[in-house]
Amino acid sequence: MRYLPLSDTDRGEMLAKIGVSNVDELFSDVPADKLLTAPLDLPFAKSELAVERILGGLAARNVPSSSVPFFIGGGAYKHHVPATVDHLIQRSEFLTSYTPYQPEIAQGTLQYLFEFQTQVAALTGMDVANASMYDGSTGTGEAVLMAHRVTKRRKAILSGGLHPQYADVVRTLSHMASDQVLTMKADVSGTEDILAKIDNETSCVVVQSPDFFGNLRDLAPIAEKCHAHGALLIAVVTEVISLGAITPPGHMGADIVVGEGQSIGNALNFGGPYVGLFAAKAKYTRQMPGRLCGETVDADGKRGFVLTLSTREQHIRRDKATSNICTNSGLCCLAFTIHMTLLGQTGLTRLANVNHANAVKLATLMASVPGVKVMNETFFNEFTVKLTKPAAEVVEKLAAKGILAGVPVSRLMPDAGLDDLLVIANTEINTDEDRAALLAGLKSVL
Amino acid sequence: MLNRQGRPTTAGASSEAGHATFTGNRALMQEEPLLFESGRYDVTGVDIEEPAPFRSRLGQHARKGEIGLPGLSEPETMRHFVRLSQKNYGIDTGLFPLGSCTMKHNARLNEKMARLPGFSDIHPLQPVSTVQGALALMQELARYLTTLTGMAAVAMSPKAGAHGELCGMMAIKAAIEAKGEGSTRNVVLVPESAHGTNPATAALIGFVVREVPARADGTVHVDDVKALLGPDVAAIMLTNPNTCGIFEPQIVEIAAAMHAAGAYFYCDGANYNAIVGKAKPGDLGVDAMHINLHKTFSTPHGGGGPGSGPVVLSERLAPYAPVPFVTFTGKSLGLVEHERRIGRRDLAFGRMTAFHGQMGMYVRALSYMLSHGADGMKQASEDAVLNANYIRAGLCDLMSLPYPDHPAMHEALFDDAWLKDTGITTLDFAKAMIDEGYHPMTMYFPLVVHGAMLVEPTESESKASLDLFIATLRDLAMAATDGDKERFTGAPYHAPRRRLDETRAARNPILKWTPPQPLAEAAE
Repeated sequence: MRYLPLSDTDRGEMLAKIGVSNVDELFSDVPADKLLTAPLDLPFAKSELAVERILGGLAARNVPSSSVPFFIGGGAYKHHVPATVDHLIQRSEFLTSYTPYQPEIAQGTLQYLFEFQTQVAALTGMDVANASMYDGSTGTGEAVLMAHRVTKRRKAILSGGLHPQYADVVRTLSHMASDQVLTMKADVSGTEDILAKIDNETSCVVVQSPDFFGNLRDLAPIAEKCHAHGALLIAVVTEVISLGAITPPGHMGADIVVGEGQSIGNALNFGGPYVGLFAAKAKYTRQMPGRLCGETVDADGKRGFVLTLSTREQHIRRDKATSNICTNSGLCCLAFTIHMTLLGQTGLTRLANVNHANAVKLATLMASVPGVKVMNETFFNEFTVKLTKPAAEVVEKLAAKGILAGVPVSRLMPDAGLDDLLVIANTEINTDEDRAALLAGLKSVL
Repeated sequence: MLNRQGRPTTAGASSEAGHATFTGNRALMQEEPLLFESGRYDVTGVDIEEPAPFRSRLGQHARKGEIGLPGLSEPETMRHFVRLSQKNYGIDTGLFPLGSCTMKHNARLNEKMARLPGFSDIHPLQPVSTVQGALALMQELARYLTTLTGMAAVAMSPKAGAHGELCGMMAIKAAIEAKGEGSTRNVVLVPESAHGTNPATAALIGFVVREVPARADGTVHVDDVKALLGPDVAAIMLTNPNTCGIFEPQIVEIAAAMHAAGAYFYCDGANYNAIVGKAKPGDLGVDAMHINLHKTFSTPHGGGGPGSGPVVLSERLAPYAPVPFVTFTGKSLGLVEHERRIGRRDLAFGRMTAFHGQMGMYVRALSYMLSHGADGMKQASEDAVLNANYIRAGLCDLMSLPYPDHPAMHEALFDDAWLKDTGITTLDFAKAMIDEGYHPMTMYFPLVVHGAMLVEPTESESKASLDLFIATLRDLAMAATDGDKERFTGAPYHAPRRRLDETRAARNPILKWTPPQPLAEAAE
C-alpha cells in the first residue's frame, strides 16, 4: 500500500521492541468477540490509476457549470477564480498544517487569518470579524445564539427574504435549544412589514440583503427599531461580491453581519466546503463564536500573531463556551484572502460592477419575453421572474436542452405557493451568447 | 525599537546580536509585512473589463466611499503568500504528532480528484438529473462509512466534528422527544477526560452536563456510569478509544447499561483511526458517532479547516436523521431536501446546514478509502497503533506514563511527573521540540493527566522517522533531567518567532489592522 511506509520486517522489529508477538496483543482491551477477524465487505486496495478511473467516471455523470449557459445562484455563485489562488492554497505548508496552536511555527496561517479578519471587517463595514465559520447558514445559526447571549432574550424574527435553508438551520437549532423563532411569510417584493413585529421580547431580527429573491433592502430603519427595543439586527449576505457595489450592513446599523464567502476564491463544490464570514460591533467581541486571531509580540519584541480570547471557547470553557465550534474554514478562508488581495477594492468594485451590468442586461432582455415578468425593483446580480408555467418544470426542460436556468423557488419552499417563481443569477462568467441561449430556451418552453 | 515589519531598527537589537541582518531576514527565513502595509488602494491583480455604460438598478443602495481594501499585483500576491507559507509547519514538513488530531499523509491524488470539474464545478441547486454522479458518490461514501462502522445509517451533512456531535445529539434529543420524555430526560453524562466540544455541544441544545469520574487507570468504569444513571439521563458522550489513548475495556457493558436505562450512547469518533477495520462501533452498542473525515480519512486539515463530520446512526436513531439525504427512486438517484416530503421517514429533526454538506471532502475521503481498500484501512489502523506503542516503548524509561497498565491505541500519553523539580514544564518541553524540527505533541490534554503530552504519530511515519524522533526526545529528556534548563525555558530559539505573548494579545485585543497615523507622526 503506497501510503504506508512500514515493511513487514519493520513491523517485526517494532513488535519485538514493544515486547509483543503480534499486533493483536496491542488490541487486548477490545473485547475478544468484538475484534474483527474477517475482512470487511468492501473492495481491496486500488492503484492510483484505478481510483482515477472510478472517480473520473462518477465526475463524468455530472454537468459542470462551465460547460453550459449557467444562471443558478440562490446562495452559491459561479465566479472566475484566478489561477494563483488554487496554486497557493495547495502549498504543503498551508494544506497540511493544523489549527495554529503552536504559533511560533504557524505564523503563516495566523497572519493570513489576521488579514482575512481585516478584509471581512472592511467589506461588511464592521468593527471586528472572526477567523471564519463553516458557512453562511451555520454562521447565521450562531449569530442568533450570540444575540440571545447578548440580549438575554430568546426570540428571533426571521425575514421572509432570508434564504429558506438558512431559516431551516436557524429553526432547527432554535427548536433544539428551546428558543422561539418567528418566520415572516416569503417576501418576494422585499416590502414586508418586519418593523411591526419587533417588540421588547425580541432578541434579534435576521434580514438578508440582497435577499433570497434578489431585492436590496434598507436595513437602517430596521436597525433603528431593533435598537429602540433592545434587540440586535443580524444582517445576512449570501453574495459577498455585492459588497463591492452596495452599502454594507455595517453602515446601516447592523450589530452582527453573517456572510457566505464562497463567491470570493472558492469553487461551487456542490455546496461545500464554503467559508462563513462573521463580523460584529466591537462591544460584542467577547460574545462572538469561533476563532479569533490577534496581534502580539514575541520574546524578542517582534510582531507576531496568536489565537486569542480563547476563554470563550469550548476547550477552555467546556459547557459554558460561547459555541461548540472547534474548526473554522481555514483553507477556504485562505482562498478568500488571496482572491481578495488580488482584487483589492479597485478590482472588487469593477467585478461587482460587471456582475450588476450583466444582470441588468439580462433583466432588460427578459422583459421582452412573453410570459416572463421581472419581479424586482432593485437587485444586484440576481433577480426573480414570474413565469406562466411552474418554474421547476421549466428548469427541467431547459436542463434537457443544456441550459441551467436558475433556482425554482418551489425547490426550497415547496409549500409557499410560489411555484411560478424562478430566481436567476447572472455573474461575470455569463456572455451575451449565454443570455441569448436562455432567452431562446425560455421562449421555446413557455 | 521595532518598525512594523518586525525587524530591529538598530543593529544588535535582537537576540541574535552580532548576526543581525539589515533586512531582518535570515536567508530563507523572510520577514513579510501585512498585505495592508505593502498593498495600494489603486492596485489590482485581476484584469476585469469595464462594462459598457448601463442604467443601474441598485436604487438608493450604491456603496459610497472607500472600502479600505488595498490590492497587490499578481507577482506581489504570489510572493506574499509563499513567504507566509514558509512560516508554517505541515505534515509534509515533518512528523506532526498532535494527539487527538490524526495528522496523517494527505495524498495529492485526493486533491486532484476533488478538483475534477464534475465535482468542483457543480452547483448544489442544479437539477438532480444533472448531478447523478455526485449523488452516487455521496451514496457510495455512505456505504463505506456504514459498512466500516456497522451502523444503520449516516447523516452526511455536518461540516466538522463538533457539528457532527451536534447532529448526533440532536438526533438523540429528537428520539427522546418522540418518546414523550423531552421534559424529563435532560442530563448528559460526560467523562472528565472528554474533548471540550462534548460538554459544549450538550449544553448548546439545553442538556445539563454531569461529569463521570475517571478511574486511576484512565478508563471509565461501568459502575461509575450506573451510579449516575436515572430517568433523567438522556445519553453518555464517550470517546473511544478514549482521550487517554486507551480502548475503553467496558464499553460494551456501558452501552448496555445506557440502553437498559432508556438512554443513548454517543461516541466521539475523533480517535476512530485506531480501530478502522479492527472493530465496528455498531458491534459495541454505539447509537451515534461522528467521523472526522479530516482525521481518519485524511482530508487535509488546511490550517484549521474545512472539516467534515458525517454521523453514523444506529437503527434506533436513523429515522431522526436530518435532511438532506440521497434516495434511490427506481432508475435514478434523488435528494430529499424537506422534512415534510419524506413520507415514511417524516421524523427527520430538521437541517444542519444549507445545501448538502462538504462535497469536496467527500470526494477526498472516498479517494482515500478506494486507495486503501478494506485491507489497507485495517493495515493503517494496525500501523498507527504499532507506531504509537513503539514510541511509548522507546521513551517509557525516561518519561513517565500515567497509565502503564493498558496498551496504547494510536496515541502514547505521558505526564509531567518525570519533569518534577527540573523547573521545566510540558510547555517548555514542547517548545524545545520545535527547535529540533518537530511539531509538538498535544499538550495539557486530556485535562485529567497532569502536564499531559499526547503523542500520535499516525501510520504515515516510517521506522527510521520514528527512531529519529525517539532519539531526539530521549536527548531532550536527558537534557531536561540533567538541568539544561535554558534549552527549554527560552525555546524556541530557531523558529520564525520566539515565544509569543498570549496574555498581551488577550488583554488588549488587536483583531485587525488599522491604518497607521500619518507618516510624520509615526517616525521615531
